[in-house]
Amino acid sequence: MKQFKHLIKPYIIWASILIVVPLILIVLYAFTSDGNEVLTLHFTWANFAKFLETTYLSVILKSFRLGILTTLICLVCGYPLAYIISKYSEKVQSFLILMVTIPMWINMLLRTYAWMNILSDNGLVNNLLKMLGISPITMMYTDFSVIVGLVCNFMPFMIIPIHTSLSKMDKSLIEAANDLGANPFQTFWKVTWKLSMPGVVNGVMMVFLLSISTFVIPKLLGGGQYMLIGNLIESQFISVGDWNFGSAISLILAVIILIFMSLMKKMDTQDD
Amino acid sequence: MSNKLIELKNLTKNFDDQQVLRGINLDIHENEFLTLLGPSGCGKTTTLRIIAGFEEPSGGEVLFNGIEISKLPPYKREINTVFQKYALFPHLNVMDNIGFGLNLKKVDKTVIEQKVKRMLKMVGLEGFEKRDVTLLSGGQQQRVAIARALVNEPKVLLLDEPLGALDAKIRKQMQIELKKIQREVGITFIYVTHDQEEALSMSDTVVVMNNGEIQQIGSPTDIYNEPENRFVAGFIGESNIIEGTMIKDFLVEFDGFQFECVDKGFEDNEAIEVVLRPEDLDIVEPDQAKIRGTVRNITFKGVHYEILIETELRTYMVHTTDYAEVGREVGLKFGPEDIHVMCRMGGY
Amino acid sequence: MKKNSKLSGLYLGILFFLMYLPIGVVVVFSFNEARLPVRFTGFSLKWYQELFHDRDLIQALKNSLILAISSCGVSAVIGTLGAVGLSRIHWKTKGVMEYISILPLMIPEIILGMVLMAFFYMLNLPFGMLTLLIGHTVFCVPYILMEVKARLVGMDPSLEEAARDLGAGSFRAFWDITLPLIMPAVISGSLLAFAMSMDDVVISIFVTGPRVSTLPIKVYTQMKTGVTPEINALCTMMLGVILLVLAVYLIMGKRGKGNKRDEQ
Repeated sequence: MKQFKHLIKPYIIWASILIVVPLILIVLYAFTSDGNEVLTLHFTWANFAKFLETTYLSVILKSFRLGILTTLICLVCGYPLAYIISKYSEKVQSFLILMVTIPMWINMLLRTYAWMNILSDNGLVNNLLKMLGISPITMMYTDFSVIVGLVCNFMPFMIIPIHTSLSKMDKSLIEAANDLGANPFQTFWKVTWKLSMPGVVNGVMMVFLLSISTFVIPKLLGGGQYMLIGNLIESQFISVGDWNFGSAISLILAVIILIFMSLMKKMDTQDD
Repeated sequence: MSNKLIELKNLTKNFDDQQVLRGINLDIHENEFLTLLGPSGCGKTTTLRIIAGFEEPSGGEVLFNGIEISKLPPYKREINTVFQKYALFPHLNVMDNIGFGLNLKKVDKTVIEQKVKRMLKMVGLEGFEKRDVTLLSGGQQQRVAIARALVNEPKVLLLDEPLGALDAKIRKQMQIELKKIQREVGITFIYVTHDQEEALSMSDTVVVMNNGEIQQIGSPTDIYNEPENRFVAGFIGESNIIEGTMIKDFLVEFDGFQFECVDKGFEDNEAIEVVLRPEDLDIVEPDQAKIRGTVRNITFKGVHYEILIETELRTYMVHTTDYAEVGREVGLKFGPEDIHVMCRMGGY
Repeated sequence: MKKNSKLSGLYLGILFFLMYLPIGVVVVFSFNEARLPVRFTGFSLKWYQELFHDRDLIQALKNSLILAISSCGVSAVIGTLGAVGLSRIHWKTKGVMEYISILPLMIPEIILGMVLMAFFYMLNLPFGMLTLLIGHTVFCVPYILMEVKARLVGMDPSLEEAARDLGAGSFRAFWDITLPLIMPAVISGSLLAFAMSMDDVVISIFVTGPRVSTLPIKVYTQMKTGVTPEINALCTMMLGVILLVLAVYLIMGKRGKGNKRDEQ
């Protein structure tokens, strides 16, 4: 089998050029100053210090708030759905899971655009309200519209891992718990929930990661002035042109995500 | 069975820091049915994989017809393997699986077809050419795997626990059939198993291994009746193993008594161990035997009773068709030919 | 159980309704006569007609297809070789390499896009199809690599040994046995990567040049400036294509899984 070890070479070359080197580059940018042209290697903490200004701090706090809220809503709505799906026969289950996945395969832009149609001042909802004689509500370009967009886009990422761990679960465990005198609530709490923990952790990780780093959805549903970390990074690179600061924000975001993921992983293994 | 076909000389193998083979010396002859027997992790499968060419030994030599082959890739060896889980190619049908090796050798299509048909007939699967291998039963897959190896007319067939995945009844049947096939094709079979019954009933030669070392090489009867050490005696069949002293040739002492025996060649007063097979012991009245004890337990085993007899020094196991009630005082009787003397070994 | 089933059915219905509402809205209004997506005034195919006369959009579609096919092709080779290679090595760095191999799927797209943009800028690469192609391989390779790796893990290593035992050199053993067996995974991974490439906005925005537009980029820019119902039509058509790809993918996946089950 040794003969095939050299097969990995093209992959190693590709991975080091396109994954490793660019990531090192970003770290370099984050710790240096003096523009985008050449790496002049003036080491500085200034890019991180800048981040502590209140305008930027409020952006990160807002991102966190929205990320956590989105994750919570997805969990609260998604868990029962995954649970209900796991109760059906295997054939129905795979059909329902397919139904959950199909929206994921349709461009995020499309779905977001549709929400713009639905939520805008003279959109579907407001038209419906008008017909019922209720005065229209402004929903677009608010936290509400952004959260609706995020939740609807990322819901499948919560449902699928939870369903996977629920459907893998040995059904006789529930029967055993019942047999040993647990009522339905206790059975759920002590057996089902505990055993679905890996799926919950995975789902929470994915939804949080996606919603904290998104920039297309807030831009479209929140308007041009709506700033989350993702938008901040984008604007630093595309419109402001301060790559050093942009890199520093990216690095902070990456570190936050890493910390969050290792925390979740720990929770997961502790529960095991 | 006279010509040496394969010689293993002082073979060693290390995986990382672990030594799995500690100097294996073994001659394998033409037409021999040889079994490597031992508990899992004893190095038997590694030995087989070195002969097949899937592993290179860390030290020592593998001679095939007198030529060193340990660096030769598997496809250049006149040796084929039947794998533990068959390793049938799931994307090929029975015909293409069996014909795989011949196809590689660019053998004419009609010849391949003939040979495959002959093989299928031999393993009792006539008319299975176009079947999907993934839909065959375990026993049928096993037969296809054997046919696939044998169609290449190897000088040696290696079998790595080939019956391990089958249920008991089919296993018995395949044992008989394997032996029949070996006689029919007249080539060397090297068989790896941890099942002592399988080893004893099929082999010409049994090689008992433990801890990367060969413990004993011999015919099934030799291995059973004349175990060379405590490990072999304990691994093969059930036995009473007692420490004792060889007073002189044909006289041994244990449990405080001297017994006549048929063993010789030990030093006078050498510390040895004695094996008494449970079925060689007879229960008699206390006054008719030197060793006496009390019946502690009796279990019905189908053909015989297993009786545990407690003496002052130890508990003996006896297999007998006679009943003896618990609590009865009895004597244990055995003849000189029932005493098997072995070298005492450290560490067990 | 019975008592709850109606309730849970209702819950299922509501959530699915919310998930499919936006998609339904897009499809329905693509056939609407009126310009504003407010009220359905009558069935019409005029937005589809206009779409086909829109040269920019057609060009963007072409770009997207060329990009998706070429980046998938390149990624299929690199990813498959990488997966096979990873399964063969026992280096101490193997764990790190496996971690790196899925890194592009864990890093937020925005960071990935920005990293690549800075990198290409530093290399002085002309932004356009080439940078798009390279950029897309970054997330296409991991999808293919993961699929193939999973398939290889499920494969009995003695299959390849058996081939070598029966007289195949290591190249023949790979070509005759391993490759046909991992082919379903290569294909399904490539289809997944294809859909991802067709769908990608974030990375594309960062690595594209001023004159090159893919379909998602076009949609994104139009959305910002002012939405025409053409986009509804376009989106509906993309949806059709994606559903088609999805159907092929599922059939392939089922076949692959079927084989896997048989092996056991």
